[in-house]
Amino acid sequence: MSLTAIVFYVLSSVTVLSAVMVIAARNPVHSVLFLILAFFNSAGLFVLLGAELLAMLLVIVYVGAVAVLFLFVVMMLDINFVRLREGFLRYFPIGVLIGAVLAAELVFVVGTWVLTPEMAGNLRQPTPEDVTNTRALGQLIYTDYVFVFQTAGMILLTAMIGAIVLTLRKRPGVKRQNIAQQLARSPETAIEIKKVKTGEGI
Amino acid sequence: MATLTVTPVVAEILLAVGAMALLLVGVYGGKRTLSTVWTGSVALVVLAGAAVLWSSDQAPGVQEAFGGMLLLDGFAVFTKVLIAVGSAGVLVMSRGYLVKRDLDRFEYPVLAVLSTLGMFIMVSATDMLTVYVGLELQSLALYVLAAFARDRARSTEAGLKYFVLGALSSGMLLYGISLVYGFAGSTAFTDIAAIAAGDGAAGNIGLIVGLVFVLAGLAFKISAVPFHMWTPDVYEGAPTSVTAFFSAAPKVASMALFVRIAMGAFDDMIDQWQQVAIFLAVASMVVGTGLALVQTNIKRLLAYSSITHVGYVLAALAAGGEAGREAVIYYMAIYITMTAGAFAVVLCMRQDEKYSEDIADLAGLVKTRPALAVAMGILMISLLGFPPFLGFWAKYTAFLAVVDAGLVWLAVIGMIASVVGGYYYLRVVKLMFFDEPAASFEPQRDRGVKGVILTTAVANSPLSLLLFGPLNTAAANASRAFGL
Repeated sequence: MSLTAIVFYVLSSVTVLSAVMVIAARNPVHSVLFLILAFFNSAGLFVLLGAELLAMLLVIVYVGAVAVLFLFVVMMLDINFVRLREGFLRYFPIGVLIGAVLAAELVFVVGTWVLTPEMAGNLRQPTPEDVTNTRALGQLIYTDYVFVFQTAGMILLTAMIGAIVLTLRKRPGVKRQNIAQQLARSPETAIEIKKVKTGEGI
Repeated sequence: MATLTVTPVVAEILLAVGAMALLLVGVYGGKRTLSTVWTGSVALVVLAGAAVLWSSDQAPGVQEAFGGMLLLDGFAVFTKVLIAVGSAGVLVMSRGYLVKRDLDRFEYPVLAVLSTLGMFIMVSATDMLTVYVGLELQSLALYVLAAFARDRARSTEAGLKYFVLGALSSGMLLYGISLVYGFAGSTAFTDIAAIAAGDGAAGNIGLIVGLVFVLAGLAFKISAVPFHMWTPDVYEGAPTSVTAFFSAAPKVASMALFVRIAMGAFDDMIDQWQQVAIFLAVASMVVGTGLALVQTNIKRLLAYSSITHVGYVLAALAAGGEAGREAVIYYMAIYITMTAGAFAVVLCMRQDEKYSEDIADLAGLVKTRPALAVAMGILMISLLGFPPFLGFWAKYTAFLAVVDAGLVWLAVIGMIASVVGGYYYLRVVKLMFFDEPAASFEPQRDRGVKGVILTTAVANSPLSLLLFGPLNTAAANASRAFGL
């Protein structure tokens, strides 16, 4: 067995195991940590395939941002996970049934997998030989796929509008620091001078 | 060096730029520019519809854009105009309702425009990537709209439910797309069609499973049984103007996309997808009709009614070919007039400072608000499909296509479902015309709602004999000009 094969099997088995642990772990924080582990190993698999950019994106975007955000959400929200799992046993049989059907389908699909001869010719963008894949991807995204790229931008805009619409509230009675107002204060408006008689207090 | 052709996508560019401009106006203008944003959004959608017509005049036949990611053919033109009309019509009647429910914010029309943009992209898509981004853009805006009344538990529940199930359906769609891609080596419909036409495609389980997953993902969006669970809850929980929006334009777009994928990419695998379409059609017709019988909430009733109508449309789709395609878009064109009108009537059900959704409150409407009762009566009978009302022609065309395709039993099931469905539509009519008044609704002052009710009622009345000819010709031409 070559070194690549060993690395592949190690990475992929850790990925699958940690993916199982994501749904099996009792503590949600552990689930998120296992998710991060799964992302890291998938990034390793991408490196093995020679797709460095995707590997780095996975680490930076998913591990660095998304998973850490998950971690914060899980730790900050007071979700009762025991109550969430209440219906678990009741729905377990039907879940297993659907899972079994899907698994059987997958076995059929993989078992009878044949690549059509036309497929190779259909590949729209064969991997170019002499450029790095970052460059190759960039050349595609901003040319052939510019429409999809721009539409993805519109989707993100919609998501942003949605997040603001659903969560931004104007709360009355909240005290905020207004620097202009602070600077505009003068002794006349801010200080009141009282004559205090000696020996009496206010 | 390839040149960039933008003529076929002028409408999309217009909608995208316009939505961002309206967003800026709304953000910086605040309450003062609210009316401007509303008027602007309606104008923008109408303008986009006109832009589609302009684009199609620029070159004969099918126009491609962005290297085959999108196209503009007669089919896309017809459905895009339909979507523009549906969106604009529902937007016109929404504002009065939102003001009364204290939900009048500028994001609402902006999100509706963005959703319309997504629908336009879906209808034109000829690549799985374009399909996916269009579908997501459309749905994401709708999720937010469903939860727009964020202080009401039912609205947020509707939004959340729609979001979770929508995400699940997107996952199934993507899974199917990945299987198809694995087999065809391409996401472009032309390449997939070439593979599907080749030997061995029909027997390839991988491709078939992929196709079924893609269709299941789409069935969620058109709320066909067994993927309909979200529909009644979301219809009931979302603000009524949003429900009206859901039931019109997005249905047209998803249905057109279904047609595009089934008859465009997988045209040669009709034996495979026909089974799926027939199953969805029969299940939708039977379950939709059965569950509609026991509803007491008008929005839930219309939700189940929409499921049943999707069943009829899928039956037409199962017929396949040019005739099936024609029946589908013809049906959708008529369906949006019926459903938009019915929801406009629901928007008039307001008494004692709040909106009612109870069917029983419609009792004796003819004594208190005769014009409204007559309009609702026309729309209900049209939804039932009684000749010579407009809804009849839709069903007639659909069943004719089904019978011509040799699926007589399917047409028989459809007709039985129609007859049984007559019960719940006629029950509403009976309540309105023959029962003692139960409630007195406030007079509707909003001109948008009045206009929509008047237009749809007239269009659905027996006067439709004048309308169905030209509409039929347009649908037939659109079906013939199917690019892929």
